[in-house]
Amino acid sequence: MNVAPLIFLAAFFGLSCSWFGFVLTPQIQVGSLQQTNTIPLGAVYPVQRPGMAREGLAVYRANGCEYCHSQQVGQTGTLCDVMLTEPGTNQQAVLLALRKLRPSLSEGEDKELLASLPKPVRQGVSKAVADTAVKTLTDSGAKASTWVVPVGPDIARGWGNRRTVAEDFLFDYPAMPGSQRVGPDLASVGVRLADPKWHLLHLYAPRAVVKDSIMPPYRFLFEKRRIERGPSPDALSLPAELAPETGYEIVPRTDALALVAYLMSLRANEPLFSTPLTVATANPTTDTNAPAGGTNAPPAK
Amino acid sequence: MTVPSSNPAAAPGKPTFAVSSIDFSCRLPLLVLFISAAKWLVIGWVFELIASLKFHAPGFLADYAWLTYGRVHPAFTNSIIYGFCLQAGLGVTLWLFARLGNAPLAQRGLVTLGAAFWNLGVTIGVIGILLGDSTGFEHLEMPGYAVVFIFIGYLLMALWAVVTFHQRRERKLVVSHWFLFTALLWFPWIYSTANLLLVTFPVRGIAQAVIAWWYSQNLLVVWLSLVGLGVAFCFIPKIVRRELSSHYLAVFVYWMLILVAGWGGIPGSAPVPAWMPVLSTIASVFLLLAIVAVALNVGETVGFSLSAFRQGPIASFFVFGILAFVLAGVMRTASALRETSQSLNLTWFAPASTLLNYYGFFGMIMFGAIYVIMPRLLGVELPWPKLLRAHFWLSVAGILLVVLPLALAGIFEVISLSDARTPFLTVMHSTLTFFRVSTMGDLLLLIGHVLFLTNIGGLVAGFYRARAEATYAELTADLFKPAGAKS
Repeated sequence: MNVAPLIFLAAFFGLSCSWFGFVLTPQIQVGSLQQTNTIPLGAVYPVQRPGMAREGLAVYRANGCEYCHSQQVGQTGTLCDVMLTEPGTNQQAVLLALRKLRPSLSEGEDKELLASLPKPVRQGVSKAVADTAVKTLTDSGAKASTWVVPVGPDIARGWGNRRTVAEDFLFDYPAMPGSQRVGPDLASVGVRLADPKWHLLHLYAPRAVVKDSIMPPYRFLFEKRRIERGPSPDALSLPAELAPETGYEIVPRTDALALVAYLMSLRANEPLFSTPLTVATANPTTDTNAPAGGTNAPPAK
Repeated sequence: MTVPSSNPAAAPGKPTFAVSSIDFSCRLPLLVLFISAAKWLVIGWVFELIASLKFHAPGFLADYAWLTYGRVHPAFTNSIIYGFCLQAGLGVTLWLFARLGNAPLAQRGLVTLGAAFWNLGVTIGVIGILLGDSTGFEHLEMPGYAVVFIFIGYLLMALWAVVTFHQRRERKLVVSHWFLFTALLWFPWIYSTANLLLVTFPVRGIAQAVIAWWYSQNLLVVWLSLVGLGVAFCFIPKIVRRELSSHYLAVFVYWMLILVAGWGGIPGSAPVPAWMPVLSTIASVFLLLAIVAVALNVGETVGFSLSAFRQGPIASFFVFGILAFVLAGVMRTASALRETSQSLNLTWFAPASTLLNYYGFFGMIMFGAIYVIMPRLLGVELPWPKLLRAHFWLSVAGILLVVLPLALAGIFEVISLSDARTPFLTVMHSTLTFFRVSTMGDLLLLIGHVLFLTNIGGLVAGFYRARAEATYAELTADLFKPAGAKS
């Protein structure tokens, strides 16, 4: 029985199926993603990383940072906060409404709350509960809104304020979402740890800034230099036991600076259409009370 | 020690080939493939040991850029997957095509050249990774300039494997043919797709990661399963001297592998549209059917008892490989389930199940097959048969000591990380206890690989010694004859 051509056809058919599924279709769907807009500000997202950060991505790739650091914040769901933004004119009515919503509030506390708006009245409740609360408050003449808050262990850890989405990687080559977490997630490390000096010191001697860190030091990204005319502005300010002998300084090489620039550019925390999330804007009293995802901001193009 | 006749027995007019001549036709390319595979195993595990030690002391070898964890770790996986797994798999495929088809290997010189190209490519690729030229896609790290050599090497070997298959004198196909022939076609398709779309003309954004996951799945699950099971379905019945229990179950496994297995691999946490991880989960659950089918089929064949382990180390390698296949499949499905995938696949559980698949399953089956094939190629017995048993037990102990602690570490991570109040670093420190055990396992595996290399190296040395002695005896026969006649 000669069925060799049949084996060829079977293999070709089998592979074509998964090829259409996981090569062609993703390429059509997420491979052709364009920039989108943040909600509610409408800023373009994402923007190309700055040149230094793009070089830093190559350093990140070359040294395999992605084997220990993921860039995929997970999210188990969304909950709502009820945010009281303006007390309105009838303070008594608002206080009554507040007491109805938060019976545990004492007399002094609710006045304090009203004095320092905007303030959350209820946190982590379902949308139905939040909408009722908002109605109670608005009926009393106050201005209140429902804020959408993504939740999950990753978010509670402060690794990001929303889940990571396809758009976050739009300009990256290679895209490195990572496969394992030996170290913390880095999806929005540029927001969480915004000090480049901290990162440089952390790369040179992780244990100098994070006690008992298990990250290896990356001293090869730095060089020891004799101080010629005066100390370099980039030089690390090291604790005594790590500092080089007098007359020398530890200066980051270009690779270290680029890597830190890349880490600074990891800011996957903008609210997008695909990840409903309400954030405090410059003027929080306007425009945030529409349920996110249903706002009038232009849809992703 | 017997010396095989070194000239093909086939006269031009005679269609059938003596078995020894078929083995002879495979000798040179297969020796190159198997010895190189064993060499990569040792090299790879040295990298792994360095990587593993970094978890004991983060400062270990930290001042050398080329020895940083993010470079030695992919150097390890690439050495093992491309240096050992694919290379050994190709070698065994070539031999089985020749033996099952009762035809000598076509163009053994070119096949050897292909093997040389392949090894050159892997060497360049691993050096490239150590120099920082990794592509950044897991299991596809080797830079483009190495891929060229690997691809040429593969095509040279696969082309003549197909020709050998075509020229077979035994026309009847067995189920192993289906598995092996498909695998032969599968690799160049997935490898060229992945390299073209990720390295040469890269697609945009996260689509890269999706294609990289697709490639990993097709390489590590589909390809390795096709070859590993194809080889096992052929060798196990011969070793236990029974027919394969069910031909149809094997065919079912084949169809499941090519139609369903390729859809797995997109992790639940991936920042992609939800249909992709969902499809992957469905595929992983369906693939359990294939895993059960393999367990039933091989179980029936060896009689559902562990007596196969008493039939000597070679049978043990195969049976252990199948057990590891089943366990790795179950672990893969567990980490693909919606409830657990958010967390399990970002922990040590994932590398544990990957290693159990490509080493515990595929590697062990290859060891068994190579131990069967090598003595036949050379016509000499293994020099130290006792080392075989030692190698088997070292591998078993090593695999268990690596896979179990890492899997437990993964489960522990999931449980403790789900509570955000536990600091991340505290959890990582708790997993260090597990790492210490896994480093022991890595050390045992490394010793096992040295034994493997010693044994097959000794086999080749024994072969050439016997050959030299024979030549010497032949050449000096006339010299000694007069003396012998005198006395």
